[in-house]
Amino acid sequence: MFYRENGQFKTSYRADQQIFAIAQDRWAIVAIVAFAAIGVPFLVDEYLFRAILIPFLILSLAALGVNILVGYCGQISLGSGAFMAVGAYMAYNTYVRVEGMPLIVALLSGGFFATVVGIFFGVPSLRVKGLYLAVATLAAQFFCDWAFLRIGWFTNNNPSGSVSVSDLAVLGWTINTPVEKYLFCLGFLVVFGLLAKNLVRSAIGREWMAIRDMDVAAAVIGIRPMYAKLSAFAVSSFIVGVAGALWGFVHLGSWEPAAFSIDRSFQLLFMVIIGGMGSIMGSFFGAAFIVVLPIFLNQVLPALGAMVGVDISTATVSHTEYMIFGALIVWFLIVEPHGLAKLWSIGKQKLRLWPFPH
Amino acid sequence: MAFFLETLFGGLMAGMLYSLVALGFVLIFKASGVFNFAQGAMVLVAALCMARFAEWIPVWTGLESKALANLMAFAVSVVFMFLLAWVIERLVLRHLVNQEGVTLLMATLGITYFIDGFGQTLFGSDIYKIDVGMPKDPVFILDSLFEGGVLISQEDVVAALVAAVLVAALSVFFQKTGTGRALRAVADDHQAAQSIGIPLNRIWVIVWCVAGITALVAGIIWGSKLGVQFSLTTVALRALPVIILGGLTSVPGAIIGGLIIGVGEKLSEVYLGPLVGGGIEIWFAYMLALVFLLFRPQGLFGEKIIDRV
Repeated sequence: MFYRENGQFKTSYRADQQIFAIAQDRWAIVAIVAFAAIGVPFLVDEYLFRAILIPFLILSLAALGVNILVGYCGQISLGSGAFMAVGAYMAYNTYVRVEGMPLIVALLSGGFFATVVGIFFGVPSLRVKGLYLAVATLAAQFFCDWAFLRIGWFTNNNPSGSVSVSDLAVLGWTINTPVEKYLFCLGFLVVFGLLAKNLVRSAIGREWMAIRDMDVAAAVIGIRPMYAKLSAFAVSSFIVGVAGALWGFVHLGSWEPAAFSIDRSFQLLFMVIIGGMGSIMGSFFGAAFIVVLPIFLNQVLPALGAMVGVDISTATVSHTEYMIFGALIVWFLIVEPHGLAKLWSIGKQKLRLWPFPH
Repeated sequence: MAFFLETLFGGLMAGMLYSLVALGFVLIFKASGVFNFAQGAMVLVAALCMARFAEWIPVWTGLESKALANLMAFAVSVVFMFLLAWVIERLVLRHLVNQEGVTLLMATLGITYFIDGFGQTLFGSDIYKIDVGMPKDPVFILDSLFEGGVLISQEDVVAALVAAVLVAALSVFFQKTGTGRALRAVADDHQAAQSIGIPLNRIWVIVWCVAGITALVAGIIWGSKLGVQFSLTTVALRALPVIILGGLTSVPGAIIGGLIIGVGEKLSEVYLGPLVGGGIEIWFAYMLALVFLLFRPQGLFGEKIIDRV
């Protein structure tokens, strides 16, 4: 009843092609961002920031990057964790080694180096695809795991092998409390979200989708596969790299390569599958789901066990988590291959007609 | 020279073990076009089942003989893997017919997680032992040729022999039996096979069963070498470059690829490793496979990939 586009006439191409063509969508997005920036800091306690909100923001940024590569360009990647690691470690190196390096420039330089590595490991995609490519990207994962563990230069020759940063500040604004960290990440997410949304609906985004749908046919109609695939790798690994840098700098503070292991790569891939492949919105849904589910299970399962008088150990909880994850992924692939984002758009479609059935 | 040969033999044996795991991948991919990421989880769950039942059966029945207990545990594990194959076909594959390869790959990723959790809930998550009486002591061979001879582990030799027997048996099964012929037909073309009356679903169950048994054999051998624990699943990750090198559709490719990777890993670790700080085994195999892919995208023995619009 309230979600109608009746009467919203578009009189120019500009109005017709804007990101959110329906006025209600536009207002909803503005309201959500405003609430996230102004309302949430007053409502939420510190634990929630640390455990849920900050990981959610950073991981949705990473999922956004992975979604561009996997969902929009159809190049399956199991090495996203490695690109996050490159972002984190290179950002660390620029931050520590260059005197007076501004924080934001350091973070972006992490993204830049991740781009270089991403393009390098994207080269096989020109020759191989699908399953073979998935295995090829694993090479990136294992190589980076090894390099950051064994090559001392990356960790500033720190004997413990872990690196840490402290006293983050942007233009005199220190980022220490959870609220400040949250707002900092939110800023990044909003900027990159807009950027990604605009990229995928521009010419290059359509090229990616053409490559995804059928690369031979796309090449026949004049899309350069090399340019399209490598640009997808570049954009995706840039975003993932920045997310990795944020994860290290803002969320963890000090980290070692295990923070970006192959499990992280799978986690990101699952976010994309569950959230919805080929959907910017889906990345947020997927990240929210995967961040919240383990915490939810950790709280609920022991409580449920206590109710029926069974003592549920943490090991059982983590195994159950594995099982539920696995089952959910299979379930989503069978029932709704387009993920939560598709459910969302079906819901919106229904809302447009409500309360009338036709 | 003797040291080089020792490394070489070690590599060949390790390669044989990799090909054992790789075989499972190839079998399923050949028959159903599914790249089965869950092979590692299947190895783990098979080994867990075997280890725990070998422990439980003497307690339940009061059997004294260890060999008999092992044999019964093996039988139970075979049944367990059959059930698993049937359930996977029933609940997952059946609903994903005609989907793209990548979707199926992700479904097997889901299965991996499920089996990991399920197996450990069922059988526990400590480190267990499998003792099937494999000889442990290393022996010296060729001491007439070199001073001191070449040291090789008997366990590895037995494992390599078992792998060889398994491969031979599988080749016979694929080439000589009616079911094997049906499997090859399905691998060639799902629709054509279906139209001449080959029941796809049954074929899939069979091939997952066969893969389950190779997983069981691999699990027993690896498990008695390393102990049955969660890290067994990483064996699958180490076997992946093998199939990339050998080609996804070729059984001989899995063997040759395994040998190449095994030898390459060991030699690189021994001769290149010290130069860059060691621990390069894992990614070296992947890099080897990756460089290889650039020149021959279908692997050593894979069928040529032809794209049509």
